[in-house]
Amino acid sequence: MARIVAGIGSSHVPAIGAALDNGKTEEPYWKRVFSGFVKSQEWMRETKPDVAIVVYNDHASAFSVEMIPTFALGCAAEFPPADEGWGPRPVPVAQGYPALASHIAQSCILDEFDLTICNKMEIDHGMTVPMNLLFGKIAKDGHWPCPVIPLAVNVVMYPPPTGHRCFMLGKAIRKAVESYPEDLKVVIFGTGGLSHQISGPRAGLINSKWDKAFLDNLSKDPQKLVKIPHIDYMREAGAEGIEMVMWLIMRGALDDKVDEVYRFYTVPASNTAVGHIILENRAKKSTGKRKPAVKHKRAAARAKVERIRS
Amino acid sequence: MAREQHDYDDIPGTFVFDAERSRQGFGINMFCMSLMKDENRKAFKANEAEYLKKFNLTPEQTDAVLKRDYNRMLELGGNIYFTAKLGATDGHSFQHLAAVMTGASQPDYAAMMLAGGRSVEGNRSRSGKNAPPKYLAAAPAKKAAGGKPKVKAKSTKAKVKSKSAKRK
Repeated sequence: MARIVAGIGSSHVPAIGAALDNGKTEEPYWKRVFSGFVKSQEWMRETKPDVAIVVYNDHASAFSVEMIPTFALGCAAEFPPADEGWGPRPVPVAQGYPALASHIAQSCILDEFDLTICNKMEIDHGMTVPMNLLFGKIAKDGHWPCPVIPLAVNVVMYPPPTGHRCFMLGKAIRKAVESYPEDLKVVIFGTGGLSHQISGPRAGLINSKWDKAFLDNLSKDPQKLVKIPHIDYMREAGAEGIEMVMWLIMRGALDDKVDEVYRFYTVPASNTAVGHIILENRAKKSTGKRKPAVKHKRAAARAKVERIRS
Repeated sequence: MAREQHDYDDIPGTFVFDAERSRQGFGINMFCMSLMKDENRKAFKANEAEYLKKFNLTPEQTDAVLKRDYNRMLELGGNIYFTAKLGATDGHSFQHLAAVMTGASQPDYAAMMLAGGRSVEGNRSRSGKNAPPKYLAAAPAKKAAGGKPKVKAKSTKAKVKSKSAKRK
């Protein structure tokens, strides 16, 4: 069966992409940002996922205001980088995984998450910047190291989906992945944030205290985050900081208890606080001793899935 | 018709791009979207007022675009990811736009960001709701090193509590 082994949170600041594309990575300002992802790239090389589900948002590149889907899942065979006005970013066309993507769509819709299906879709910096940061240098063959499944979330027009809704969608995605018969190692990205406001007279807002509490709770107590209303995100973390709800889709797709294996935080990159975290699901050990039948349902589900595999 | 009031209208210096503004600002945003193409940028630059006629803007919206009044554009339904394309068409960096919207000079704005950005203290509310939410209140306001351990300590404590509660 396919399974989600880890979740990755990462900012997707466009200026990071511009710094990469224009060879500015060695400048002290940008070095400070990129230095935070060196270990993550090592981790990614070791983890070697078969597929990455990337939760991100489009920034008036591939989607305009003509149609604003709340959740749009990319089921195409490939996703070219979008032209954001001055030509597409010089990154490879991302390969999709249509079979798993359509399986996820079908499973989630029957689980009452009405995803929009995108069989043709371009991806902007919201997706390609975190891919750059985590996958590092593009291999000589000119491909990203693994296929991707984009999940575009509307966080541009208010209201975005609630944190709770995002978290529950994460759970539905996990269920979908775990019911897919092929043996696949899957990672899921939550991107965007952390605190920033780039519009209006209050632009430039950063709230490090909020960000740190968000990362702490994401790791240890996500239920606390699930209850945060939109007004708090906007007031505390900036009008555009509300995109942090996308990290909750990633978190919802993981175990209740996870191991935080890496964290990085720096201010600023352009107008934004950069946050990054890697959370691993705990490897399945014989948990008999520590957890006496906590959740019968989950245990039963696991047993069922084991049977399918064998 | 007067704009419906929302809780987020209390946030100072902020025009939340909600469903109502999305409808109202459709023309502004579609105009900005058109600037993704080089030939459209050229046509707009050649005759701005004429080019704008294609997008059915209100006179106020047209005026805001021609005057590059970015805050007014947001208020009338423009969205920052879209209006940024107008700034780029004028050859400005995003930081220039941000400085313009905040009424600061670009060097001052850049310095503020390097120093950690605009503080949320005193910038939360028009009506005086300036206390942080309760779940943040216990943590100290200090930056970096000071903030993290205390927040952590608090969450650990909460965890211990819930564990002992379970045991009971």
